Amino acid sequence: MELLRFTTAGSVDDGKSTLIGRLLLDSKAILEDQWEAVERASRQRGDAYLDLALLTDGLRAEREQGITIDVAYRFFATARRKFIIADTPGHIQYTRNMVTGASTAELAIVLIDARHGVVTQSKRHGFLAALLQIPHVLVAVNKMDLVDFSQTAFQSIVAEYQAFASKLTVQDITYIPISALHGDNVVDKSVAMPWYDGPTLLHHLENVKTGSSRNLVDFRFPVQMAVRPHQNFRGFAGQVLSGTLTPGEEVVVLPSGKTSRVRTLTTLDGDLAEVAAGDAVVLTLEDEIDISRGDMIVRRNNLPQSASQFECILCWLSEKPLDVQGSYILQHTTRQLRAFVAELNYRIDVDTLHREAATTLQLNDIGRVRLTTTQPLFYDPYQINRATGSFILIDPFTNATVAAGMIRRRAQELDELVGSEPERSRSSNVVWESSALTRAMREERNRHKGGILWFTGLSGSGKSTVARLLERRLFAAGVQTFSLDGDNVRHGLNGDLGFSAADRKENIRRVAEVAKLALEHGHLVLCTFISPFAADRAFARSLTPAGRFFEIYVKCTLEVLKRRDPKGLYARALRGEIPEFTGVSSPYEEPVAAELVVETDVCSTEEIVEAIWEELLRRGILSF
Amino acid sequence: MNTVNYLRPYLRQLEAEAIYILREVVAQTERPILLFSGGKDSILLVHLARRAFYPGRIPFPLLHIDTGHNFPETLAFRDRLVEQVGVQLLVRSVQDSIDQGRVVEEKGPTASRNALQTVTLLDALAEFKADAAIGGARRDEEKARAKERFFSHRDRFGQWDPKNQRPELWSLYNGRKHQGEHFRVFPISNWTEMDVWQYMREKQVELPELYFTHLRAVFERDGMLLAESPYIGHLPGEEVRRQQVRFRTIGDMTCTGAVVSTAATIDDVIAEITVSRFTERGTRADDKRTETAMEDRKRQGYF
Repeated sequence: MELLRFTTAGSVDDGKSTLIGRLLLDSKAILEDQWEAVERASRQRGDAYLDLALLTDGLRAEREQGITIDVAYRFFATARRKFIIADTPGHIQYTRNMVTGASTAELAIVLIDARHGVVTQSKRHGFLAALLQIPHVLVAVNKMDLVDFSQTAFQSIVAEYQAFASKLTVQDITYIPISALHGDNVVDKSVAMPWYDGPTLLHHLENVKTGSSRNLVDFRFPVQMAVRPHQNFRGFAGQVLSGTLTPGEEVVVLPSGKTSRVRTLTTLDGDLAEVAAGDAVVLTLEDEIDISRGDMIVRRNNLPQSASQFECILCWLSEKPLDVQGSYILQHTTRQLRAFVAELNYRIDVDTLHREAATTLQLNDIGRVRLTTTQPLFYDPYQINRATGSFILIDPFTNATVAAGMIRRRAQELDELVGSEPERSRSSNVVWESSALTRAMREERNRHKGGILWFTGLSGSGKSTVARLLERRLFAAGVQTFSLDGDNVRHGLNGDLGFSAADRKENIRRVAEVAKLALEHGHLVLCTFISPFAADRAFARSLTPAGRFFEIYVKCTLEVLKRRDPKGLYARALRGEIPEFTGVSSPYEEPVAAELVVETDVCSTEEIVEAIWEELLRRGILSF
Repeated sequence: MNTVNYLRPYLRQLEAEAIYILREVVAQTERPILLFSGGKDSILLVHLARRAFYPGRIPFPLLHIDTGHNFPETLAFRDRLVEQVGVQLLVRSVQDSIDQGRVVEEKGPTASRNALQTVTLLDALAEFKADAAIGGARRDEEKARAKERFFSHRDRFGQWDPKNQRPELWSLYNGRKHQGEHFRVFPISNWTEMDVWQYMREKQVELPELYFTHLRAVFERDGMLLAESPYIGHLPGEEVRRQQVRFRTIGDMTCTGAVVSTAATIDDVIAEITVSRFTERGTRADDKRTETAMEDRKRQGYF
């Protein structure tokens, strides 16, 4: 017999309690004395009907106020399966309770009232189920009796929910039309809905594939404690969170990195030939290695990720809001360590799924956050491994559990780790106005990163030609581009500047600042400027986060340039008509460490654009 | 090669969960104690604790709060088990609390020491400086217990605040607390009565004979069959008769009802429960006092 843990979400109005009562009653999990107790309590409250919520709402405050406060656990079994229901209330502290119930569930029942169709709450349930990576969602369209068991009504609800669910990453959604009150399609097939030929709700619960959220590939064994009853035995107790292991396999202990081989998998029933995800065991090794609680034993050729900074989704569970300046205790597997918020990226509106700028997270808020821990964490992304991708945050003063976290991935690059706020010599009294929407948020939506492509080179070398073709290609691929060209800025923004060394410097300074603003708005900025002085280019680079500035030296020999001379400028400069013309009467300091050097007198524009494109892919700016 | 079935039978999952929690208690608290009543759930806990720390010994003592109204069979079984397993047993008695004037005994034929236990228990936890008390409560037993956590926080006065419980997610148990506070920990929260019996059958765990059919002097009160004992008086019209009975739960002789039964083995018991129309706590007078009797006692620090 297998075990299926599922969660039910919804309010009393959706008929959730009626459905649970029906399942419990029909599977004989409610017995006569409980039934009598409900009858007694219903009579006392003067209700004309039996309120099945009284079966689950055990607390005095719940009964008095007629609301469900906390997650209630209910149990029933059929000949095929044992079920644990985490029944989450619909109104109060909704997100907190649903997240709690969903964290251990393999299936979520989302109840929809057939009369009202898909409402905000139905979407909220679906979103949270997807967020917590519940493998199976069962959408039960209830109260079909009140819409005359209409197939059209059912189908339109299914169509509407499907459209919504296509935006979520849910592996499996099943739709079943039911009437919990009358029992249609709950345990027995409905005679009133002959048009429906799918499974009944209970049949689906009994047959849905279990264990699909278990990871049987990546062996992860966080040590709970060392077991050392006498000199001759030294074992490490824990639960296999994922993967499998057999004696003789080579393992690594994290964080020490020491390796050994598995000697035994010890239990009271004798040593085992293999352990798998979920098993509690005591593991002994061939070598004497210092191992204690919080260490993780893994296979040598399959290591988890390790980082002290990572991206995660936080569900805030406390009345006391997130303190972005504060520190928390992070509990992950069997470890506790200190954690700080490096950046609060955004809050997700659970009803609209929109991302919003946020300065804190309140009770029931869900947000994307980058956390820093004092020591590296050994984890897998939650999507791959629920057990090693999840954590809780604990308030170090009250010891309350304040947040549930799901790790998405390691924080990606250094530039995301350090603040990009520039140091300024002048205007130091001006407060840097950080946009409430962060670059990371914009980049997330753009599906590419921001960056500055700084094309430098002699006049006529082909900077603009290359940039224009590249920009067209970027535009076609949906990339947010922004173009700054030497000629066009000098018409307006820099119309007051000439070509003296000082003015050139100021010209580049202004352009670099504008480029930076555009970068912060998530754009890929193409700057085409002769920018002959290494110091000016270095200044532009200094404003830009590491890894986001690409100096592209567009190279072409002076001989070729003089021959090309499309604007006739070289001819005029050589005649002495243009003072301080770069390459003729003013120096050009060749880049010594450009990210890319392209030679327009050797390669075609198309080839050069291709080379730049490849480089952007390689550096992770673009990812197609 | 053998094909390995990665889907563990549900009993193995429940067992692993309980073992994980028992180890977490030991790792996260300083002086855990196991509350031992002599009933099948606490016997199961002892059994699971042996497995959790094998080949080591159970690293915490058992605490028995003796009401003085125990079945003699319970005490005999307790002492035998303690010797077999090799675990330390601590006993504190309600009688001492009465003698010390800590509590006042209820009077009359329906008197029970059930509520008095709470004081003795909290005194004992303070005496042994226990910061975690492991108990055998299950969520299926009673509706207030349906909302109980695995790691259930208690304030300095041993009280439970059901509206302000720490959420428990995944299998991450937050055992942090301030000085003077403690935890009640319930490793078998997710087991049902049937699960307990199925497990006992599978592992061939020995149980007190009270759980199986035997001939006993009983009398009927409020629809329950109570055992004749020196601790309980009779109301007018209550007649003692001898019957084949067994107990589904074991508490005090004053408040634990027997059921008429011929079940002599675990298999028989399982067959009986399968067709039963009543829950096991239906035999408990202490739960029937008011609709929220269990929650009220739990708030005060009851088991």
